Amino acid sequence: MSPPPPPPVAVTAVPRLHPKARLQRDDVRGRDVLLYPEGLVVLNATGTAILGLCDGVRSIAQVVAALEQRYGAPAGTVKPDVSAFLDGLAAKGLVTYGP
Amino acid sequence: MDPKPLWLLAELTYKCPLQCPYCSNPLDFAGPRFKRELSTDEWCRVFREAKALGVLQLGLSGGEPTLRSDLEELVREAHGLGLYTSLITSAYRLTKERLAALKAAGLDHVQISIQGADAELSDAVAGTASYRDKIAAYHYTRELGFPLTVNVVLHRRNLHQVEALIRLAETLGAERIELANTQFYGWALHNRDVLMPTRAQLDEAWQVVQRERARLGTKLEIVWVLPDYHEQYPKPCMGGWARAYMTVTPAGEVWPCHAAGRITSLRFENVRDRPLDWIWEHSDAFTRFRGDAWMPEPCRSCPRKAQDFGGCRCQAFLVVGDAGVTDPVCSLSPHRPLIDAAVAEVERAAAAGAAPDEWTYRAAPASRALAAKG
Repeated sequence: MSPPPPPPVAVTAVPRLHPKARLQRDDVRGRDVLLYPEGLVVLNATGTAILGLCDGVRSIAQVVAALEQRYGAPAGTVKPDVSAFLDGLAAKGLVTYGP
Repeated sequence: MDPKPLWLLAELTYKCPLQCPYCSNPLDFAGPRFKRELSTDEWCRVFREAKALGVLQLGLSGGEPTLRSDLEELVREAHGLGLYTSLITSAYRLTKERLAALKAAGLDHVQISIQGADAELSDAVAGTASYRDKIAAYHYTRELGFPLTVNVVLHRRNLHQVEALIRLAETLGAERIELANTQFYGWALHNRDVLMPTRAQLDEAWQVVQRERARLGTKLEIVWVLPDYHEQYPKPCMGGWARAYMTVTPAGEVWPCHAAGRITSLRFENVRDRPLDWIWEHSDAFTRFRGDAWMPEPCRSCPRKAQDFGGCRCQAFLVVGDAGVTDPVCSLSPHRPLIDAAVAEVERAAAAGAAPDEWTYRAAPASRALAAKG
């Protein structure tokens, strides 16, 4: 009884953090978290890096390119991880895709 | 690794203009134990100590938290510390100007209760005409750009409105609706026989929830808090005793959950006397049932113990009289017949078409009378 999965998101789409979510440093546990009403998502270093690039201007393709450049990763290797991470947050309503 | 708290529920006052008969506040909320409310400075210190201890989520609750005239100042302190701050309010007499001031102070999220899908039922359950204020405040909340949670406590008299309540939340543009089946503590336990729904009511409401979840997807999150008397296994109460959560009451007592103060066999500490980290790590109330060493059978050898943590200590105390036994709602508990009898009595009365009793509204005179009776 769950809705059908949404179609794949185009690489030209611009991912944005939903206004209800906030990135926060968790000093006590030495990690970053995404806080939202009545919940949180624990981020690893990659997750923090991806969200740091989601500025409401960069498209998915540009986020991927920036990460490939930063980590010297071969083209095409980063995209699946970025999409899976962002789609996971979108399913929770924490990331939205826009033009 | 020792657990650190993620959540703090700050019960700023037990004063409240509403009189909901299922209120989770203590029956003796109007008594001397809760009289001397913490000052602004004391609350700010509690927030600082909580953040240093690992808390990330702060709920500002009550009673009615907007009755505190220093609410904006408290929000500003919490926001400055990086706490994700939620206001849990009835919205009675809540103006757009006040909400705007709270937004400017850094409030992250607003949760507004409603007692029914229309003014007639909502006001009858609340015991105070408040529906119009709530609807107005829902709109202000959205206009100011707050994420909004609509919270409804469900019971026999409003379960038939679940669909209308979901549609209302959808129309208002809420992010979430919490459909919280009554948990029987505090005033709700006192009014249990009047509030407890029938199995048929619950089944019907659950069908509606599943259908509406499929229709709405991520547009509106529908949280369904299980009616634990009608379940086979207990809820993983608070994610385990003293693992992630703490409540500070209006006069500064610190509890592992908002109902724990009723457990007379525990010793509670006060933030006026001890730092919060000491209370979390060393106080009797927090250490007694942390982990699983305290567990008796059938929990001790149960594969579910890491999942439900033995259920709820308050429920064990309130129903069985011993906080150290398995939650009596567990079908494996030797005390489950106490729960079955309460459920069966409701079914019997409903089948016979008996006129339901009246509930006792949560109000200061009733609280003092109940406290005097012990």
